[in-house]
Parts: sequence; structure tokens; C-alpha cells
Amino acid sequence: MSAENAYAVELKGLTFKRGVRTIFENVDIRIPRGKVTGIMGPSGCGKTTLLRLIAAQLRPQGGEVWVNGQNLPSLSRAELFDMRKQFGVLFQSGALFTDLDVFENVAFPLRVHTKLSDEMIRDIVLMKLQAVGLRGAVELMPDELSGGMKRRVALARAIALDPQILMYDEPFVGQDPIAMGVLVRLIRLLNDALGLTSIVVSHDLAETASIADYIYVVGDGQVLGQGTPAELKNSDNPRIQQFMKGIPDGPVPFHYPAPDYLDDLLGVR
Amino acid sequence: MRRKSLVERVRLLGRAGIDVVQAMGRSTLFLLSSLFGRSGLRNGSQLLIRQLYSVGVLSLPIIVVAGLFIGMVLALQGYNILTSYGSEQAVGQMVALTLLRELGPVVTGLLFAGRAGSALTAEIGNMKSTEQLSSLEMIGVDPLKYIIAPRLWAGFISMPLLAAIFSVVGIWGGAMVAVDWLGVYEGSFWSNMQNSVQFTEDVLNGVVKSMVFAFVVTWIAVFQGYDCEPTSEGISRATTKTVVYGSLAVLGLDFILTALMFGDL
Amino acid sequence: MQSRSLEIGVGLFLLAGLLALLLLALRVSGLSAASSSDTYRLYANFDNIAGLTVRAKVTMAGVTIGKVTAIDLDRDSYTGRVTMEVEKRVDNLPADSTASILTAGLLGEKYIGISVGGEEDLLKDGNTIHDTQSSLVLEDLIGKFLMNSVNKESK
Repeated sequence: MSAENAYAVELKGLTFKRGVRTIFENVDIRIPRGKVTGIMGPSGCGKTTLLRLIAAQLRPQGGEVWVNGQNLPSLSRAELFDMRKQFGVLFQSGALFTDLDVFENVAFPLRVHTKLSDEMIRDIVLMKLQAVGLRGAVELMPDELSGGMKRRVALARAIALDPQILMYDEPFVGQDPIAMGVLVRLIRLLNDALGLTSIVVSHDLAETASIADYIYVVGDGQVLGQGTPAELKNSDNPRIQQFMKGIPDGPVPFHYPAPDYLDDLLGVR
Repeated sequence: MRRKSLVERVRLLGRAGIDVVQAMGRSTLFLLSSLFGRSGLRNGSQLLIRQLYSVGVLSLPIIVVAGLFIGMVLALQGYNILTSYGSEQAVGQMVALTLLRELGPVVTGLLFAGRAGSALTAEIGNMKSTEQLSSLEMIGVDPLKYIIAPRLWAGFISMPLLAAIFSVVGIWGGAMVAVDWLGVYEGSFWSNMQNSVQFTEDVLNGVVKSMVFAFVVTWIAVFQGYDCEPTSEGISRATTKTVVYGSLAVLGLDFILTALMFGDL
Repeated sequence: MQSRSLEIGVGLFLLAGLLALLLLALRVSGLSAASSSDTYRLYANFDNIAGLTVRAKVTMAGVTIGKVTAIDLDRDSYTGRVTMEVEKRVDNLPADSTASILTAGLLGEKYIGISVGGEEDLLKDGNTIHDTQSSLVLEDLIGKFLMNSVNKESK
């Protein structure tokens, strides 16, 4: 683990295909250590796939994924499971274990990976829940929580083992404005307080731009642009302009590719 | 334009064949890596007990009720047929042999596929679609060991026991109808049964059958859940597949096993 | 303490399952300790085995002492050759014992009944019973009966 390395995660020449479809072609992304990095792009462009590649849940067809000085595709299955303790991931749906209550959900990683006493575990769980403001919900079951609370519990679980890299998969989708504001604040707070490296995958522009230090825009299997939020807003790349301003028609066309409209209506069958 | 050419049809057939072979390969790998290899889980027995409860204990009511009714019907039908030959005391033998050799393992297998199998598929599919499986993986716990393996073992253990309970309840129900209701002499009912039922031939073969069914049905159920498309539509399709494939596998294997065991081949 | 009741439930389930297996073994199949483990083999040739099947009972004085394990044709004598497994504890069958194919009830299954002879020598493993009585074939019987009545009429 090279501490002098300024990047926590580096993707070099990453290529990933699903069947014949190419999802990523020769992508280079570098995630700076200790910062919040946003990865943005239109729906269906493979943002979540990118997260899974970084977490080595998927194996790329080509290229390298360097995390803290280790090239993930070259590791064995056992080494990967070990390696993943450095990651925390907040999934889109929260992914709480539905048969365990809030306390056991947060305690789960600790019980699996540490030999701490029950009292220690209890203290750590309560600290983590306090950090996300849900210490009072410790005895509830996941289906008694609102969507926003689920995500916060999942966040507490993700930081239970004090990971170095925290990844968020679409954290803002389907949240009311208050829950959204809470999450935005939490992401920033946790990043700065715990000295984490955060990766936020999202297509919610305003929220991501408000917390990210650096943003990558991906689409069509490539990195379309990168920079600080301010730089991107002033970019003259038409695709980035379309995405940042939410213009319905442009380089990403309104119409799905189809034969000529008139021909289709009037032409021979 | 809509009609497919012959070559296209052949291609689709080939595609389907490849898909089947691939699914078989995947499910075999899946089974092997779930059952063998290091687990590293400290609370393994706890997980197994929880699954034994939801797979075995919760299936008990349906098994007991079904066994009782089937035993009663067998006695009633058997009595009607046998009485015309004047040999109604053989009704015990008939009920016992039918249950032990065939209906016990087979009906238990079918009910198990419907009750426990579909529940397993839906539960695992749901875990997949809510990313609980991915999330386990990210925490550094192998979902094959934590989620899948206990469920497989629970199925393997529960079903032979359920089949035995089914047979006992069925025989008891048959005795109730034949002896208490139809008036077959109790002594000849039981002694006829004991004379004709053999331990290795009938009881053990039935147990072997139910073990094979347990293995196949649980495997199908768990794999369908793990391999399903993580959407609500995909889960419901996988659940249907579990019941259909599980039931067909039970009936098909039953014929093969019967031919091997009782067919004098 | 939810897990406690869970464990009790599972324990009861396992107990019930094992008990069911035990019941099937003892009560239903009437399994006893000295069953069919120690046997010796005897042969018998019949002119007609019609209806006898493998796994049929071998009895003596109505008590089951073994079972038929194979039936095939003896090429040289054109007779049906029946292989029987007889329990070891019945080791005092005289060499001139008789084996006959009997029927349980009018339409019941066929089985082999052995009646004792008087010789001093005893049957040993692999020996053949020579004195045999073939299966009662209903068609022959009816045929004989008709012939008799026809003969009587003609007198």
C-alpha cells in the first residue's frame, strides 16, 4: 500500500463486455484519495457496472483495476473477500438483511470479521448509528423503516468496519427532499470526519455537484469529460452540456434509432 | 419478414441447447462450491437450525394433513376393490406398500417443491433483487456459504424425515378408516402389513427415493433463486420454474428409481 | 429468546422424523434383529413353477423360513430351477424333504412349502431338494375334471 500514492483507485485501460455488447472500452479513471468523486452519466450507461468492477464483483475483459496498490483482477477469490474489507458499499436499495433487526444488521460485519466481545460490538454499533442519527431505531426491523432511514442504516453498516473507500450507488434516487438533504450532508460529513475516499455514482446533478470535489461523466462506454463541478458546467463539449443542462434532444437523441418515419407509415410492408 | 427461415430455426435450436448445457454447468459449479470448500463461518449450525425450521418445521402441517387424507382415501378405495375378492384384510398391506414405495416419497416431493421449494426460490430471488447477496459479498461473506449452503443442507435433511412422517400418518389414517370405520379386523390388518412389508425392500428403498428427491428439488429451488433475473418478474418466473421443474424431476426420477429398485432389471 | 423456541421446534421435528422412521421399521415392516442376515442356499427343480416369483416365501409348517431368490430353466432336464435362501437357524432339514409350490387362498400368491422327510442326512448349503411337487395349474385341473366326467358319461 503506497501511502504516497494520491489515488485510492485507478482504472487503466478498462474494457468490459457483456455478451457482444461493449459496456466500457479502454476507460481510464483515477479517484483521488480523501475526496468525494462523482461518477455521473445517463441511465443505463453502466455506472453501477463500474462500481461492481471497482469492487471486483465483476471481472473486466481487459485493463487493470488498482486499489491501494493491488491489481484486483489478478487476485484469487479468497484474497478478494479479504480485500473487500477495505470497501464499504451503499447499494441503491439499502440491501439491509430483512431477517435481522437494525442492530444486527450493523453488527453483522463486526461479528463476521472481528472477535470483539458483545459489549464492544454494542458500543461500536451504537456509535455508528449515532453518526447517522438513528440510534433510536436500533430495535426496529428493516421493513419498519422508511426508504431514507434504510439507506442511513445501510450507511452505518457500510462504515462499521471503518473502510477506506466508501462507494454510493445512486444514493439520491427516490428520496424526498429532506432525506436527500440528510444524505448529502452525511456523505460529506463522513468523508471529512473519517478521512475516507468516497465515490458517488449518480445521475442527480444538483446533489452530486454540491458535494463532489471532482466529477467524471461517462457515457457510450467512455469517459466524456472530467473536472470539478464548476469546470464541467462551463464545458463546451455538447454531450456534457446536454447532460448538465438536461436538454431533451441533442447528441443523445430523443428518438430511439428507427427507420424513416414517413417510410414506416406509408411505405411498403 | 416475420417468418423464420429454416437456418434461423436450426440456429435457435442450437442456441437453446447451448443455454441448457450452460445452465447445467453453472448449477453444478454452484452446487459444488456451495457444499464444499472452506466456509469460515462461526455460526454455521445456527444458520442451519434456522433453515431447518423454515424448510422442515413449517412444511409439517401440509405434509401431515395431506398424508392423513391420502392414507384414508387409499384405505377406502382399497377396501372397495379388495372386498370384491373377499380379501379385505389385505387392505393394510396395500396401504402400507403404496405409501412406503410410492406415494410417501413422491407426494412429499411434490408438496415440498410447492411449499418449501417455491419459498426458497422467492426468498433467495428477493435477496438478489434487493442486492442483499451483493452486499454480503461486499462485506466479505460468501453468499454461497452463508445463504445457499444452509438451505441446501436443510432441504436434504428435512425431506426424508417429512416423507417418513407422511407415510406414518398415512398408514395411521388408513388404519383408522379400515379398522374403526369399515370394520376390518385389527389383528389381520397389522399382521398382513408386517408380513408383506420388508425393511430393505420397501422402507429403505422409500427412504432412498425421498433422499434423491430431496437433493434434486432443493438444488433446483435454490439454484433458480440464485440464478434468477433480479426483478419481480424474474422472481415470479423462477418460482414457477422451481415448482414445474421440481415436480417433473420428482415424477421422472420416480419412474427411473422404481424401475431400478422394483423392476427386476 | 426467539431462537430458543426455534431450536425446540427443530428438535421436535427431527425427533418426530426419526421416530417415524423407527415406526416404519419396527411396527410396519415387523423388522426383528434376527432377520434374513444369516442364510444358506438350497435348490429345487420343479416340472412347472407356473406363477412362482422371485421373493416368494419359503415356509415350513406355515412359518416363513426363507425366500426365493432366483428362478431359471435347467437346460438339461427341462425343469424350472428355483434358488432359495433359507435361514441358518433352520439347519436340520432332512435330505429327503419335499418342496411343493402352494397357493395362498384360491387366487393368492404362490409360495414354497417344505415338508420334512425321515432321513438322517441333513441338507447343506448348495444342496438340491429332489422330491418336489409342482404348482397346481388350474387349467390342467379343469381339463382332468372334464375328462373324468366325459369318461363317466360314456360308461
